[in-house]
Formats: sequence, structure tokens, C-alpha cells
Amino acid sequence: MSEKKTTNTYELVKGIIKENPVFVTMLGMCPTLAVTTMASNGIGMGLATTFVLVCSNLAISLLKNIIPKAVRLPCFIVVIASFVTLIEFLLKGYIPALYDSLGLFLSLITVNCIILGRAEAFASKNNPWKSVLDGLGSGLGFTLALFLMGSVREILGSGQWFGIDLHLPVTMTVFVMPAGGFFALGVIIAVVNKLAKKAPPKELGCAGCPNASRCQTINKKNEEGGND
Amino acid sequence: MRSLLVILLSAMLVDNFVLSKFMGICAFLGVSKKLDSAVGMGAAVTFVMACAALATYPIYTLILIPLGLEYLKTVAFILVIALFVQIVEMFLKKAVPPLYKALGVYLPLITTNCAVLGVTILNIDNSYNLGQSVVNAVGAGLGFSLALIIFSGVRQRVNAADTPAMFKGVPATLIAASIVSVSFMGFSGMFS
Repeated sequence: MSEKKTTNTYELVKGIIKENPVFVTMLGMCPTLAVTTMASNGIGMGLATTFVLVCSNLAISLLKNIIPKAVRLPCFIVVIASFVTLIEFLLKGYIPALYDSLGLFLSLITVNCIILGRAEAFASKNNPWKSVLDGLGSGLGFTLALFLMGSVREILGSGQWFGIDLHLPVTMTVFVMPAGGFFALGVIIAVVNKLAKKAPPKELGCAGCPNASRCQTINKKNEEGGND
Repeated sequence: MRSLLVILLSAMLVDNFVLSKFMGICAFLGVSKKLDSAVGMGAAVTFVMACAALATYPIYTLILIPLGLEYLKTVAFILVIALFVQIVEMFLKKAVPPLYKALGVYLPLITTNCAVLGVTILNIDNSYNLGQSVVNAVGAGLGFSLALIIFSGVRQRVNAADTPAMFKGVPATLIAASIVSVSFMGFSGMFS
């Protein structure tokens, strides 16, 4: 990537709205669906991911000249996994309730494609300061998306918001169940598309994903293979 | 202790990795366009999951526990999985070329698939022994394949349907996934 002259503010803001990881580039779908049964869980997960994203972007940007290109992905993953272990300890010690409700998905931040994607696409090519801002922006965008999903599902599914009873006449339990997660995300993305007045993404945005070329190879192979 | 059959069936149907635990969604949405690729990806994931469970169990019990390093499991497991996928890819390429041709392209995608890391950590969290771990991994892999195969069929219909403009593409796919997920809710409570 050519070193384009971009302002620091741009690096920070782009991840929040223009390149929102969930609604626009469609990355990190697993935690987006899994932990958003409550608004507070969404924020907790979002902030934990932001922490890992900022730290790993900083570390990788500092190490970018030392890491050999051929083995960069395993190196990135180890850096990310270390910070995940750190945040696991911090949450276990200070916010045990959140630690319990996020559970397995806290460890799975390691394989969140947003983090690896930003490391590969941004931090390994830019200076530390910009990488931190980029990580912060993408992380906050992710947090915003999780908060939105969590709010919708908590309000519709259990008639509460941050645990406060809203006294709704009807609640639809299905929204806190897995099926409701898929449904809510589908509708939110549709609404975002409508508001953004642009064509909805035809494909999952592999743009930020380090495996993108592989996915495309598979799909291309299928198209060439024709119907059978 | 739950019997192996119960572990297998519940990992496959009740706690289906994709549709009720939300793991491996990226692969689920990315590679379910065609039946062929769904079968290939499913087979590759099942294979890697079973091997990863086999490899991580001794590492955890023989190395991490005696040294008091349980907290390093995330780092250790993801490294093992990444290395393992690489080795399997090289081995298949040399030794079993037909299998490599069928599964090769899917293997690198699996390293960052959270279902594989998820199943190894779940095995430790549930304190399964080696046999149970492998059975759980195979069940999870078969469940993943099942979801992918069913969904590839649904998806071909959805793509052909005339949906409102704002729902075209990903939103329609997600809503279809939601309906498939409802059908899997029928299995809940089967073994409790």
C-alpha cells in the first residue's frame, strides 16, 4: 500500500462509520452475533476487543521490520493471543461478572478477523501512532455496532435496557435466542444500507481479511466448475 | 460423565456450532454458496478439529498443567492449530494428492476459524478426557458440515428469489440463516 497522506483524524474516524467493521466490511460476525443478547455485554465485548486491537496494532507496527514476511501471520496471531490473555486476566480480576458472561468468546477474540485484518492491512504498513488511531477507530466502530445489536436484542427480547425494565406490552424471546441474532443483524444491515443509500454488499467483505485471496479462489473455482 | 454418543449428538445437533453457538460464521457465510464447497469445507473443518483436539489435549495435560501455565492455553492452542494446518497441508500435498486437491484450498481458511480454537478450549473447559475431546470435536465438525450443507441449499433459493432492494445480498442471507437456526431450536433439550 502506498503511503498516502492522510490526517490522523481520518484514521481515527474512518473505522467508526465509513469502514465500520461489522456493518460495512462485515468482519467479526461471530462475536457480533454471540454476545449481543444484552447491551452491556455488547459494550464490554467491544471495549475488550478495542483494547486488544489498539495494543496489537501498536506492537505489530513497532515490530513490522523485524517480522519476516513469510511467517508474519503466525507472528501476528501470537502477538494478538498474548494481549487476549492479558485482557482475560484483567477482566477476571476486576469485572468477574463480565468475564463470566462473555466466557469462551473472550478467548476467541484471538481469531477475530477484525484484529488480524487490521494488523495485516494497516499496522504492518504504517507508523505506530497511526496504527493506534486506526485500531482505536475500528474498535470503537465495532463497539458501536455491538452496542446497537445488543440494545435491539435486549429491548425486543427481554423488554429491558441495561437491565432496567422498560415495561413493554410485548416481548419476543426469540430475539435473545440464536435465531433472533441472525435476524436482527440482517435487518440492521438492511437499514444501514438504506440510510447510507448505497447498494448493499453482494458478498461478505473479505477486503480486510488476510484469507481473502483464498476465498476468492474457491468462489472462482466454483463459478468455473459450472452446475453439477 | 456423559456417554460418548450423547456428546457426539449434542455437539452436532443441540449445540450446533454455527447455528446456536455462533462459531465459524465467516466460513459459514463465505463458503456456503455451493454444495460442493460446503461439503469440502465441512470435511476439512471436521478433520482439522479432530486432529486439533488430539494434539491440544496432551499439550494441555502434559505440558501446561505440570508447569502451572494453564493461562497460556489460548496462545499455545492457536499456535498448535496454525502449525498443524500448515503441516497437514504439506503432508496431504505430498502423500495424498487427491485429498489435497479436494481440501487444499480450504485449509488455510481454517486457521482463523474460531470454531476450531473454540472446540479445543471447550474441551478443556468441560474437562473432557482424550476420547471425549475427540468425539466432541468430530461432533462439532459434523454439525458444522451439516449446517453448511443445509444452508447451501437454502441459499441457492434465496439468491434466486426476488427480495426487496435493501435486503439483497447479505441481509437476506442472514435472515435465511435465522430461519434455519429456528429449525435447529427444535433439538434443544433433547439430552438434558
